[in-house]
Amino acid sequence: MAVNDTLEGTHKIIEEAREQQPRINPLAPTVNDFNQELTTLNLGPTHPATHGIFQNILQMDGERIVSGVPTIGYIHRAFEKIAERRPFYQITPLTDRMNYCSSPINNMGWHMTVEKLLGVTVPKRAEYMRVIVMELARITDHLICNSILGVDTGAFTGFLYVFQEREKVYEIYEEICGARLTTNMGRVGGMERDFSDTAVQKLRKWLKEFPAVMKEFESMFNRNRIFMDRTQNVGGITAERALNYGFTGPNLRAAGVDYDVRVMNPYSSYQDFDFEIPVGTNGDTYDRFLVRNEEIWQSLRIINQALENLPEGPYHADAPHYYLPPKQAVYKNMEALIYHFKIIMGEIEAPVGEVYHSVEGGNGELGFYLVSDGGRTPYRLHFRRPCFIYYQAYPEMVVGSTLSDAIVTLSSMNVIAGELDA
Amino acid sequence: MADHTESAAAQETATAQDPAAQKNAQLLDLLYRLFGQDAFTDVEEPYGLLTVTTTRERIHDIVAGLQQDQELQLNFLTTMCGMHWPEQEGRELGMVYHLHSLVHNVRLRLKIFFPISDPVVPTLTDLYATANWMERETYDYFGIIFPGHPNLIRILNVEDMDYHPMRKEYALEDGTREDKTDLFFGR
Repeated sequence: MAVNDTLEGTHKIIEEAREQQPRINPLAPTVNDFNQELTTLNLGPTHPATHGIFQNILQMDGERIVSGVPTIGYIHRAFEKIAERRPFYQITPLTDRMNYCSSPINNMGWHMTVEKLLGVTVPKRAEYMRVIVMELARITDHLICNSILGVDTGAFTGFLYVFQEREKVYEIYEEICGARLTTNMGRVGGMERDFSDTAVQKLRKWLKEFPAVMKEFESMFNRNRIFMDRTQNVGGITAERALNYGFTGPNLRAAGVDYDVRVMNPYSSYQDFDFEIPVGTNGDTYDRFLVRNEEIWQSLRIINQALENLPEGPYHADAPHYYLPPKQAVYKNMEALIYHFKIIMGEIEAPVGEVYHSVEGGNGELGFYLVSDGGRTPYRLHFRRPCFIYYQAYPEMVVGSTLSDAIVTLSSMNVIAGELDA
Repeated sequence: MADHTESAAAQETATAQDPAAQKNAQLLDLLYRLFGQDAFTDVEEPYGLLTVTTTRERIHDIVAGLQQDQELQLNFLTTMCGMHWPEQEGRELGMVYHLHSLVHNVRLRLKIFFPISDPVVPTLTDLYATANWMERETYDYFGIIFPGHPNLIRILNVEDMDYHPMRKEYALEDGTREDKTDLFFGR
């Protein structure tokens, strides 16, 4: 059977199936339907309150939402397809453009997946360094989410307060690797370089100063009557529905399920640290806010422990075939230059196998399913993006509430377009 | 290498002591008990994750049975995705399901394969609400059809696209361009 025959046959089957499918056209049934007196409202695609480029077509009965249809894909960049042609290192820049509020977690998750495939063991110091960086990323992710939630309820001050703190964390990133948003500090087998003295100083200074700001931020919102009225019993979801929808991360924990990848499948020495999993009760917007705030405190605990107990030793594995050598070594050392060239040109082949590795991203379980056929590039790479998984529950969460509730629910779910569309 | 000198018995003892292998053995035992041994082929454990292949006729029953099972409570659908192996005649397309038991922390990977001329797979939307968009994504990328899905339209690509881009015959680069040939790439 020729390929084209098969293809044409397939297309025909797909066409037939599509014709038989009940097609939902969100605009068709109710536009100008005066009997029902519904209004069609486009929330998005581009509006500050949508936190990215995606559209929600809402049917409104007066002030109440009757139904919602989300449309995504506006910034779809075909990462999974692009990854099929790239050597493993060149996939790193794809990952940090998914959840760009916490790109180091995405990077490290990817590197850990490749390490699992290649069988590289990372030394303790590198693992602790990774933990520090990942928790910093989690803090900035939660800060942005919670402060923007404040903005969406009309409180701009809190956003300005904590945005400064995010700026300081980005300065720490800058000291560690030179980049701020799309970081590049990890390597397969460890870190790109050791923490500089300035980076550690800045980190210690920030760890001392940040709790006061965080307390102020919490006191501004946690018992604020207006904020509580806007968020309590808004956009709630039960634990059963959340699990059925595949929720993970703070959104699931707010509903009362204490699932955390860091505890359940510890990676990067998370088992060494002492921290708690904050859990909510109602799964509403207010609980999600509180859970994220509490997670920031727990992350601070982890960073403090990791910094105090930072082991001495190498910051990368002794795996010259896989570990991209530091640039300084490439300038001076012939072996390093050769391996640098080989790794960058993708001449190093990976073993055959399939790996699923997941990390606790800013939004929940961020999974990488990697199939290798023994080539230089992945045969198939699938990202499990938490945003994509739980944004499909959004219509169910907002139906019956008002438009202002829909805005607040959206921002408390921390929907990030880069991760949603990938 | 130590592996060659170890006897089969020693290997068995090592397996018995490894908690991950024990969990996998338990899980496999449960699968055989619930659905029969003939339902599964290609049992392997790549990187510690139990992977079994089954057929598309049985996949819905198996996922539903595992969801209702009270012993292991494999009731969390972590992810599902399609894949395309053009060389495997008669089983070119595949689906991969990752299930997770949040109570016992056991993961399971299920796979099914089917011919590209008949890309039809039962939907899981009646079991898991989260399957909705995952199936739309798989349809979008691979053209796999899920009868019974409430709204099987493209999700990430444009509506009027007439092909499914994650299939291997669609190269990422424009095949007619000569300035991007692979001549000097990884000799």
